[in-house]
Amino acid sequence: MTTVAATAHGAHAHHDDRPFIRKYIFSTDHKIIGIQFLFVSLFFLLVGGLLAMQMRWQLGFPGKPMPGGGILPETMAPGGVILPEYYIQLVTMHGTFMVFFAIMPLLVGVYANFLIPLKIGTHDMAFPRINMWSFWSFFAAGLVMLASLFVPDGAARAGWTMYVPLSARHDLSGASLGQELWSVSIILVGLSSILGSLNYISTIINNRAPGMTWFRLPLSVWSLFITAILGLLALPVLSGAAIMLLFDQVLNTHFFDPAAGGQALLWQHLFWFFGHPEVYILILPAMGMVSDIIANGSRKPIFGYHSMVFAIVAIGFLGWIVWGHHMFVSGMNPTLGSSFMVSTLIIAVPSAVKVFNWMGTMWRGNLKFTVPMLNATAFVAMFVIGGLSGIYMAATPVDMFIHDTYFIVAHIHYVLFGGSLFALFGAIVYWYPKMFGRMMSERWGKVHFWLTFIFYNCTFFPMHITGMAGEMRRLYDPNQYTFLQPYQPMREFISISAFLLFATQLIFFVNFWWSLFKGKKAEQNPWHDNGLEWSLPAPAPHGNWEKVPNVYRGPYEFSHPQAREDYLPQYVKLPTDREPASAPAAAH
Amino acid sequence: MTHASATVDMMQPPYPAERGLDVYNTKLGMWVFLASEVMFFAALIGTYVILRFGAPGEWARPGIVLNIKVTAFNTFLLICSSVSMVKAYASIQDGDRQKMRFWLLMTILGGATFVGIQVYEYTHLVERGFLPSGVREGSELAELVAQGTLPAATMGLYGSTFYTMTGFHGFHVTCGVISMTYLFFTKALPGKYTRQDYRGIETVGLYWHFVDLVWIILFTIVYLI
Amino acid sequence: MHWWLPPKGSTFAGPIDGLFIAILIITGIAFVVVESGLIWFIVRYRGRPGRKAFYTHGNTRAEVIWTAIPAVTMVALGIISNHYWVEIKGRNSVPPDAYPIAIHAKQFEWQVTYPGPDGQLGTADDFTVRNQLHVPVGRPIVVHLSSEDVIHSFYVPQFRVRQDIVPGMDIRAWFQPTVAGTYELGCSQLCGLGHYRMRAQVFVHTQEEFAAWMKQAAQEATQ
Repeated sequence: MTTVAATAHGAHAHHDDRPFIRKYIFSTDHKIIGIQFLFVSLFFLLVGGLLAMQMRWQLGFPGKPMPGGGILPETMAPGGVILPEYYIQLVTMHGTFMVFFAIMPLLVGVYANFLIPLKIGTHDMAFPRINMWSFWSFFAAGLVMLASLFVPDGAARAGWTMYVPLSARHDLSGASLGQELWSVSIILVGLSSILGSLNYISTIINNRAPGMTWFRLPLSVWSLFITAILGLLALPVLSGAAIMLLFDQVLNTHFFDPAAGGQALLWQHLFWFFGHPEVYILILPAMGMVSDIIANGSRKPIFGYHSMVFAIVAIGFLGWIVWGHHMFVSGMNPTLGSSFMVSTLIIAVPSAVKVFNWMGTMWRGNLKFTVPMLNATAFVAMFVIGGLSGIYMAATPVDMFIHDTYFIVAHIHYVLFGGSLFALFGAIVYWYPKMFGRMMSERWGKVHFWLTFIFYNCTFFPMHITGMAGEMRRLYDPNQYTFLQPYQPMREFISISAFLLFATQLIFFVNFWWSLFKGKKAEQNPWHDNGLEWSLPAPAPHGNWEKVPNVYRGPYEFSHPQAREDYLPQYVKLPTDREPASAPAAAH
Repeated sequence: MTHASATVDMMQPPYPAERGLDVYNTKLGMWVFLASEVMFFAALIGTYVILRFGAPGEWARPGIVLNIKVTAFNTFLLICSSVSMVKAYASIQDGDRQKMRFWLLMTILGGATFVGIQVYEYTHLVERGFLPSGVREGSELAELVAQGTLPAATMGLYGSTFYTMTGFHGFHVTCGVISMTYLFFTKALPGKYTRQDYRGIETVGLYWHFVDLVWIILFTIVYLI
Repeated sequence: MHWWLPPKGSTFAGPIDGLFIAILIITGIAFVVVESGLIWFIVRYRGRPGRKAFYTHGNTRAEVIWTAIPAVTMVALGIISNHYWVEIKGRNSVPPDAYPIAIHAKQFEWQVTYPGPDGQLGTADDFTVRNQLHVPVGRPIVVHLSSEDVIHSFYVPQFRVRQDIVPGMDIRAWFQPTVAGTYELGCSQLCGLGHYRMRAQVFVHTQEEFAAWMKQAAQEATQ
């Protein structure tokens, strides 16, 4: 009890004298946990990228020995030539690492942890210790997944969607321990996400600073809140499915075994019931952070704050009733296909509202193209392409043709790379000073941005074309098909672009590490932003505030007519402002 | 820090803060967590329903494989432990620590006995040849399958769903017993619960009632229908 | 290498390509509006010292307009798509006179069973050919799809037809080839390490050619 009272009164803001291990390793401080997530998931981002590079080598230069591939064992790539069984491991693990261990923890693990208490004005999460366990179960899951790359039979090889019976039967997939480790790891990831979501939801509901009403929350917090609800309700379904898959693998149960009455489509329903909310888990936080950055970079209030909030809520709600659009050609009842098509098309509406409101925010602004703003603008431009290409798949007859082709690969990468990753590059640079007290290099940030923007489009746009030609996904060598042979030069072009794209990311990594030690010291509020986090010194201290500030207005009061500067922070009291009703009495 | 913790009402939301849901953090957190648990059990139960009604042929009548009487007693025991949990909660609301300790202990015992009986049930079932993968060859149940008393086609699914659902429920009961025991020794026995602050009892109580509710659903669909 | 959809090979290709083009026009307009708007704003409203942004929180009328336009477009698109969807995949879409062929997929081959001279599946004169699908032009074909082991997917790009093949399920798909020629049938669902080479030839014959092939193949099968 005393700890709660102490937290509530800001005791932790005093000098922090905990031992190193409690401070930086088994820390319960939301900012340290966020930073831990950042380092670990950036590492997994790199791993996922390396796997993708090997795939691109095989697709661009099939059957040729891969440079440096000689270090791989005979079972993967004898003489550096990638084997089909290794290729499908690459496909599977690239998807798995990017979705579960890079994008999701980068968006949610890092920024929900780091931003929520700072932006709503509280000392820490509602349950700091549970928060710590959320990180460590993620870490354990990552280790298990990483280890599965090195087991004798190789890693899981049924695609990141793990369709049964291929994933459940070792005699059909050719992998055993790797498949089982995949299931175990996903169960742990689910646990981590549930523990995290539990914290984010409780914290946002209960621990907002005085005056921080629901409609004064920054859109980043709103989107993280809806994301947490999606994670809380979707991940247990995935965990349940992964547990059944694991039992099928190790206990010979028959959930997904058609020979004994199990159902193969059941897995797909369970997986996509989780999987579609998951797609929004992977984009909503990006949308929220981009909203913050665009308002800041435009020096203008966000256009249509309320409809932005309702759009987030609508996307979060509709996300639950669209999962069947992944299964139009799966053999599911076609009438269900019709209803899933309608709900899927409807979800385009809130997405369109968001895009137009971002543009409305930039309209008549005073745009400052800092590195975060560049990335956020690219997010809007690229998300539009990813969103629009989704409409092709939502229309069931067209989906019948482009389903499981490179068209869908292009789509997912326009949303997850063009969308989520650009937003993340922006967010990392934007909140870097509050995390580490230093700025990342502006010049190298811009170099990285422009090169990424170019090579990214060169990599993923041509995939629309090969997809339209009917090139199937997950093919080790598309040249097996005569109608795909003419596209080999295009595949080669994609591969070379992909290598350059990967090389460009090294600039970002170097910039990130170099700035940690040598970056320019950050001011308290380098972007002249309005959020509560900028009332703190950089880096933000343990416990955040001695006494949390009162909140007087919404987060997007830029270029306010009554303010001298072109920004008016939420915590600054104008003479006309009244103290929030929930604020503690003056005696405190 | 200068404020004495005693003056803060722990059953209220953390302070200072904008009004939230008017409940303290742990209770809110437990509600949120239970929402997640609902989805977890919904996935398991939904799977059971889909597999059972889509199964190739009849489902085994529960009485042949499972001992319904023993489990009915076990169900009764778990419901009783929910009642004793309410008693413990009511006692501490009245400020009666002694009674609260007694009823909490009863709840722990009820839960522990439930798990014990379930373990006994499992060992007995395995002995008779009922496995998560179906029926063991050469066992007592295998003979019943050969006679046609038990349907061969669905015994695999029966075993898979039975052990997964009841097993995960048993795991939840075990977790509940462990956390109640922990609270009993660290909070209830030293007298840390008061009429003003009984958050632990209330929170673990919510969990316990949820676990009980899940069991009533499982008992109905697995043992009775 | 051409930068467009594959040549049309079945009756589905017309409506599906039409729908594709319609969506291309809709999304193309949206794309041009958004991207050119963005570029225009970036140039026109780039930051200059001493300038202050226009202070506004939004405009309800504008927001209603850009909510309504996508909503109406999407509903219309849904209605049109559903019309074709029911024709292509609906429960009762298979024409009653469709020519039946059974396809059994297994890691990593296609076993195509033909009804033989009597035109009926499940009779004694059925015969099976590996990795070759022969069909007559201008006649609806219904394929009865089954799988030995894992999920496969029946995909002929020129026919614009795709259907997953799920073990434990009997799934039918139909199409009507319109142009005689040779095509490729591919597996489009990851089915194991040999997924990439799970390929079959598709021969669309004229009616006479097909009859001749059927006669010869049935004879070879009985020997």
